Amino acid sequence: MKLDAKIPEGPLAEKWSKHKFNLKLVNPANKRKYTVIVVGTGLAGASAAASLAALGYNVKAFCYQDSPRRAHSIAAQGGINAAKNYQNDGDSVHRLFYDTIKGGDYRAREGNVYRLAEVSVNIIDQCVAQGVPFAREYGGLLDNRSFGGSQVSRTFYARGQTGQQLLLGAYSALNRQINLGKVQMFTRHEMMDVVKIEGEAKGIVTRDLITGEIETHAAHAVLLCTGGYGNVFYLSTNAMGCNVTAAWKAHKRGAFFANPCFTQIHPTCIPVSGDHQSKLTLMSESLRNDGRVWAPKTVELAQKLRSGEIKVTDLKEEDRDYFLERKYPAFGNLVPRDVASRNAKEMVDEGRGVGASGIAVYLDFAEAIGRLGEDAVRARYGNLFDMYQQITDENPYKQPMRIYPAVHYTMGGLWVDYNLQTTVKGLYCLGEANFSDHGANRLGASALMQGLADGYFVIPYTLGDYLATIGPKAVDVKHPSFEEAKKNVVDRVNQLLSLKGTKTVNEYHRELGHIMWEYCGMARTEAGLTKAKGMIRELREDFWKNALVSGSNNEFNQSLENAGRVADFLELGELMIDDALDRKESCGGHFRLESQTEEGEALRDDENYAYAAAWEYKGDDQDEVLHKEELVFENVKLSQRSYK
Amino acid sequence: MSKNMNLTLKVWRQKNADTKGKFVTYQAGHVSPDMSFLEMLDVVNEDLTKKGDDPIHFDHDCREGICGACSLHINGRPHGPKHGITTCQLHMRSFNDNDTVVIEPWRAEAFPVIRDLAVDRGAFDRIQAAGGFVSVNTGGVPDANAIAIPKVIADEAFNSATCIGCGACVAACKNASAMLFVSAKVSQLALLPQGQPERYHRVQAMVAQMDAEGFGSCTNTGACEAECPKEISITNIARMNRDYFTAKLIKQEEA
Ligand SMILES: Cc1cc2nc3c(=O)[nH]c(=O)nc-3n(C[C@H](O)[C@H](O)[C@H](O)COP(=O)(O)OP(=O)(O)OC[C@H]3O[C@@H](n4cnc5c(N)ncnc54)[C@H](O)[C@@H]3O)c2cc1C
Ligand code: SF4
Ligand code: FES
Repeated sequence: MKLDAKIPEGPLAEKWSKHKFNLKLVNPANKRKYTVIVVGTGLAGASAAASLAALGYNVKAFCYQDSPRRAHSIAAQGGINAAKNYQNDGDSVHRLFYDTIKGGDYRAREGNVYRLAEVSVNIIDQCVAQGVPFAREYGGLLDNRSFGGSQVSRTFYARGQTGQQLLLGAYSALNRQINLGKVQMFTRHEMMDVVKIEGEAKGIVTRDLITGEIETHAAHAVLLCTGGYGNVFYLSTNAMGCNVTAAWKAHKRGAFFANPCFTQIHPTCIPVSGDHQSKLTLMSESLRNDGRVWAPKTVELAQKLRSGEIKVTDLKEEDRDYFLERKYPAFGNLVPRDVASRNAKEMVDEGRGVGASGIAVYLDFAEAIGRLGEDAVRARYGNLFDMYQQITDENPYKQPMRIYPAVHYTMGGLWVDYNLQTTVKGLYCLGEANFSDHGANRLGASALMQGLADGYFVIPYTLGDYLATIGPKAVDVKHPSFEEAKKNVVDRVNQLLSLKGTKTVNEYHRELGHIMWEYCGMARTEAGLTKAKGMIRELREDFWKNALVSGSNNEFNQSLENAGRVADFLELGELMIDDALDRKESCGGHFRLESQTEEGEALRDDENYAYAAAWEYKGDDQDEVLHKEELVFENVKLSQRSYK
Repeated sequence: MSKNMNLTLKVWRQKNADTKGKFVTYQAGHVSPDMSFLEMLDVVNEDLTKKGDDPIHFDHDCREGICGACSLHINGRPHGPKHGITTCQLHMRSFNDNDTVVIEPWRAEAFPVIRDLAVDRGAFDRIQAAGGFVSVNTGGVPDANAIAIPKVIADEAFNSATCIGCGACVAACKNASAMLFVSAKVSQLALLPQGQPERYHRVQAMVAQMDAEGFGSCTNTGACEAECPKEISITNIARMNRDYFTAKLIKQEEA
């Protein structure tokens, strides 16, 4: 199969307008004859469901939480980018496009990224119209800040809870359509499979998480908006329920999975405190606007700090190494995430880490408090400081925070073309679940932008083209494909429930996480990856023999839910390793130790690896097949990323 | 660092909505003060699972105090003993060695128990769907800076918008009233210019749905505000009441 990204011809700035004009339209009177399934109601799903319903389509929406308002988008803290140039500081659609392509280390498509930058301005308008309370200046206009890796102030924010406010906006638009009867909402439902008829997606199989009932739902198209798979690492900043199940089942039904190894490790998270740890908490990147990252200058000082012989506040200025400012004078503490994370790891590897475990560096606000006063710092970051204190029992106004990188976001995901359609016709993928716009590294404040761009402003156009082509003929759940898919799911559930071994599912998950973090985390090598592949296979085999899953199907059974998700992670993990093995270059968050510059920065190999890797599932015990989508750069010059 | 603790847990166990529940006592040993409350329950659940018992079911997701999923009534207080945080943000250092900890679900008729500590808060979604929105379609909206909103107003609206929909206010109230939750949304939109056109219709629709769901009435005891993890103020309730009566007047005049 040849991958066709369907990027429109023509100059970059005209592609999207031209494409919109060329897309077929569904007659307004016919829209109500179509049903669209939207799985996931985070930013991407809620915005898509609300927008499609507003156009007149019937929507069935699903989420695993008890309410759409709890999707993991709610946790985003820092902000959302848009090329509004309200600050008159030189921003433009082109600059946002350029920053995003460069930030992604030239592994994303020009056409997609330009469109993202283009519609970014509409997102802010839309959200404000819904009543989203963005931060404002005293004059009453919207405030902006600069955010990780950007030299202009284009980030809109809502205190430290931008994701919550944006999601509540999208949730309100969704609620309006529920009230109007255009959206039927299924909460506490987990999607377990995609149903295909003659090669096209026509529905899904779900499990009602309260009753255990396995149900089938038919539609003219299916949209997966199911978020990222960072929890394959066990510990991450994702919510506990974040999973790959929906995307993975789609993958097994023919949707290619692209760049699975591109994961983002966020530099500023609260370090692990013990084995009981169930998740990691992000300290927003915005903290790096005023906080300075440092480590003790020598290993000896670090040792004394760790043993408690000296206190951090005892360290003199000349004993501190502000390593980001030292190495990257132009960007300083604001270097992109992958660069900041790797440098923190380097400090720890050198033995200069701090905290009891030695696996942390400092993020220090003393200078900012001196310059701005404690009140101003509290006004900016108060809730984050409180959160830090709550978790660590340390007061960040009085002593620097301890931070360390943690898994945060997955750039990889289902392969989609310019229309957001996967390699399965009628099956679309939006938001973090797709691979489209961030290349090998995502810049801060651009995931919210992408999720809402996909849902509010891209899919309402591109989906219409497909629906107009297939026509409104109803899909029947009595078709044998539905029965087949349902049986698949029932078998899988029974298989999981029959596991009455000795090891809990959590234990397997934790082990998988260790393997992924150790060998497929911030630094990767051929030898390590090869070893990890074997380890994951063994772990997976062991899981299907010795795992322990409690309860039965016909009840609210969190043990079963978790087992299904971990079983899928155990398969995905291996694909991530394959992908990381294939890509012998370093780029963005994918750092192969074998490929670095003399200064230890990621060294790309554009000649051999300027492609998106799209993997095709071939059957349970077979290696997946790699398809390459060559990336064409006509508007930016590929250069070694430099933040010096 | 303080040393590990041993605790006695009295946990509400209930198989499903149709069966009767009861308290069951468990011992939690080696509890580190750095653990979160939910991590402590995770460890208990691992033990239960290994013994062949059903783990304790409870709702949770983000584990950082923002999604509103977690919902435990701990020693008689929603979200436990500390002020201004959710259960998932509560750490074991707030407890002492040999403490007995009583853990119950939210208790309210409008929040039926699903299993153990997990309850059905669907009523909250239905109230929001009744009117908690501004009726705008996607696209065709004015530039975001077309309307200036005074910072004080924007900040006030923001304070109301921080509600996470957890339901602690209902659980804290002896009447199981949902006024704090409903008034937070009503206030947010009533304060902002975008919310004006539908202001009076919205308050009526949301209050009507709230009543239909079987929440109790508000007698101004303020327990909700005291237990709200986001410190939503009861001035929101006063604001909503004002709008509600104005709405009635308008309706009478129109009639
Ligand atoms: C702590 C944190 C902070 C962040 N801060 C920022 C930030 O400041 N700026 C920024 O731009 N980005 C940020 N991000 C990233 C951003 O929040 C996410 O990438 C984005 O919100 C994802 O949105 P989504 O709609 O794709 O997925 P989600 O919001 O994760 O929604 C997924 C939906 O899918 C549903 N679902 C999943 N699986 C299934 C299934 N099998 N069946 C049924 N339903 C399913 C869920 O119920 C949910 O409704 C942050 C991320 C984290 C973790
Ligand atoms: S008002 Fe407070 S207690 Fe009530 S639902 Fe909102 S956040 Fe929870
Ligand atoms: S789990 Fe999200 S608020 Fe507690």
